[in-house]
Amino acid sequence: MNVARARPLSAPARDPAWLARVFWIGAALVLLWPLFVATEFRPWVMFDAQSRGPTLAFLSAFFPPALGSDFLLLVARETWRTVAIATAGITLALVLAIPATLLSTRALSISALSGRMAPVPALLRQLLRWVLIVLRSIPELVWALIFVRVVGLGPTAGVLAIALTYGGMLGKVYGEILESGDSHVTRCLLANGSGRLQAFSYALLPQNAAELTSYTVYRWECAIRSSVVLGFVGAGGLGQQLDNSTKMFAGGEVATMLLVFIALVALADRTSGWLRKALG
Amino acid sequence: MKPVSGPPAANVPYKLPPPLFGARCKACWFGLGLLVLVVASFWSLDLQWRAFLSLDAAASMARFVGEFFPPDLSAPFVRKVLVGAAETLAMSALGTLLAAVFGLLLALSASRTHAGDRAHARAPVRLLLNALRAIPELVWAALLLISAGLGPLAGTLALALHTTGVLGRLFAEAIENAPTGPAFALRAQGVPAGRVFLYATLPQVLPQLMSYTLYRWENNIRAAAILGVVGAGGLGQLLAFHMGLFQMGKTATVLAAMLLLVALVDAFSYAARRVMTR
Repeated sequence: MNVARARPLSAPARDPAWLARVFWIGAALVLLWPLFVATEFRPWVMFDAQSRGPTLAFLSAFFPPALGSDFLLLVARETWRTVAIATAGITLALVLAIPATLLSTRALSISALSGRMAPVPALLRQLLRWVLIVLRSIPELVWALIFVRVVGLGPTAGVLAIALTYGGMLGKVYGEILESGDSHVTRCLLANGSGRLQAFSYALLPQNAAELTSYTVYRWECAIRSSVVLGFVGAGGLGQQLDNSTKMFAGGEVATMLLVFIALVALADRTSGWLRKALG
Repeated sequence: MKPVSGPPAANVPYKLPPPLFGARCKACWFGLGLLVLVVASFWSLDLQWRAFLSLDAAASMARFVGEFFPPDLSAPFVRKVLVGAAETLAMSALGTLLAAVFGLLLALSASRTHAGDRAHARAPVRLLLNALRAIPELVWAALLLISAGLGPLAGTLALALHTTGVLGRLFAEAIENAPTGPAFALRAQGVPAGRVFLYATLPQVLPQLMSYTLYRWENNIRAAAILGVVGAGGLGQLLAFHMGLFQMGKTATVLAAMLLLVALVDAFSYAARRVMTR
């Protein structure tokens, strides 16, 4: 009796499932072998004598970070350009997304009030939706590669790339947000003879304003990150400087720019979090 | 001062709407700031609209797109593109897997599981995770090229580093938010911390960890497709290579493969979500 009561108080001496764990880890490694082959996964090449030298030299140059006043001024200017490319891109994306949303959302269909939507408007909405999906699914880096070829190096390519990809994204998600909410008020207004724009601005917009704004702010934050990446294909900004310095093995400059970039992302993160909280 | 109590006013005064712009109107200041930001952005960037919207640019754009046709569909090149697509998938899968393993290891030290847990490493590990997360995959790849050389290894490691930051943070949140009852029961019995995690916390959070990992995998396939533009393997490397040589027919094939891959991933994840939530 006493023994039986005392027993659960002592922990089992060993992990009862360890054999199964070891087996499954081994099985997974065998099954994943093709992946290691396909990705040429040989991390030890990073430590052989040939690549150890440049790596160590590059990393040891990280400290101290480059802090010359000329360089800091350059970094500040490029940081502003990065933010400006993202902001201008998002603004143009809104110019694209807002009309597309108004035209494509099913919540503003008058013929859908009485059952099914008429075939022509339904087809038109679906076509517009497909256009948005195509715009969204081409990565901004590919757009930028193409535009750099056409308009040359510079921020124009970056702004256009962000505008097109993010226009598609915003348009698609705005449509989903507008359709997911309560449609009673909108339908009521439409059924009583108000125009589509009136129904939008008096029913749909006030109902969904907080969610729409919060999504836009979140996308602005993403756009800052991708405008750095676009710099690597020649669209200007912090990314382009980072690319140049990396190619010249200037570790100190790379260290400074990475720190600035981390701070910028943290700042955008904080701002967007604060804004979204304030919006409720 | 006592409130004056008397008969109510015969006509209750209407409350006027707030003035359109007041010094305390936060939304007004915010809107003004936003306007300034947008105007300053457009003003400070030397955007070449004229060059872009001119007839010249339209013609060169049309010529550029025209060169895409016909895409190169010869069997050896298509095979090469397929190998590139497989490499992209492998990079994303292995990168995500490595990230899940290291993310979980880091998340363990980045989470405070019970009130008595000192969790000394919590703040520094969270800082590390944030730094890993803040730098995009492409920047990691460009930096890793120096030590890993051109090829898919740099891309895989770049995906793994960035995703470790993302997943580590999400995992730590999940572990901290797990119900503490089972873990408490085991700890009270004197079970060591590692086994408490394996038998009490992990089974509870495993579905959440799996869903985060799958979601990141989906993102990483998309990222891996373009990662190669800096030379880190997969379809992106083929794209940058052939575009650099102005072989537009081949570029068109690679672009089409890339878009097809992204569309397939989107469709598959949409279908999977539909099936799972039904």
